[in-house]
Amino acid sequence: MIGIDWYLALSAILFTIGAIGVLIRRNAIVVFMCVEMMLNAVNLTLISFSAFHGDIAGQILVFFSLSVAAAEAVVGLAIIIAIFRNNLSVDITKVNLLRW
Amino acid sequence: MEIYLFVLLAVIAIASALGMVLNKSTVNSALMLVINLVTLSGIYLLLNAQFLALIQILVYAGAIMVLFLFVIMLLNVDDEQSLFSKFRLKYFLSFLLGSVIFAQILYSIGGVTDMLPQISSDMLEIGTVEAVGDVLYTDYLFTFEMTAILLTAAVVGALMVAQYQVKKDEDSEV
Repeated sequence: MIGIDWYLALSAILFTIGAIGVLIRRNAIVVFMCVEMMLNAVNLTLISFSAFHGDIAGQILVFFSLSVAAAEAVVGLAIIIAIFRNNLSVDITKVNLLRW
Repeated sequence: MEIYLFVLLAVIAIASALGMVLNKSTVNSALMLVINLVTLSGIYLLLNAQFLALIQILVYAGAIMVLFLFVIMLLNVDDEQSLFSKFRLKYFLSFLLGSVIFAQILYSIGGVTDMLPQISSDMLEIGTVEAVGDVLYTDYLFTFEMTAILLTAAVVGALMVAQYQVKKDEDSEV
């Protein structure tokens, strides 16, 4: 079995790519997909620590994180549909109603 | 053998993640994310988490990404003209913040990798369906039931948010 730092480094790289994607993209759907990828990077961290500690609790946490991610995806996409109805666009720079 | 598999999967995962962020077409981004999720599932298999690898493909690469593709199809989103048009300072700050996050994570994981406990080889085989289900339906049963309520609330909430026009129930006699 290879060392845990490989898995943690991969998770860090994926998390960073997701964070930069959230910051630079304007399409709301792509921003949302980047958030999903950040969630997955954290799941990878949990699973690698769970495997290297020999403790199943981390994998149980990932299971619940997956179900919360499913619920979050459903609600988030519904919000994106509602934004599209109001603005006829998914460009998040045009959602500026509360911006000063 | 395992290191080659890991490097192969990791390279595909990082390449598809970059492809997702830097793609002008939303549909292509979604398909890149599917590739990313499937390779992550392979990495879960390397970590002996067989149950979660299956769940990852079923729930993430299956259900959630189909939902994403349905929404993209429903909204008929145009491709973006350019990813890097203006606001140079904003992109610079984004990359700066990203590298700060990356350095911070690397710094924090540098301190923990030598603190792992010594475990026997039979403790490595923990991710089977039997092992997960054994703990899930005993210790975490309440949380599991709460998840059902959460999913129901999410479905009802999504219907309420995405509904075109919420009907007033003035006509109905209460």
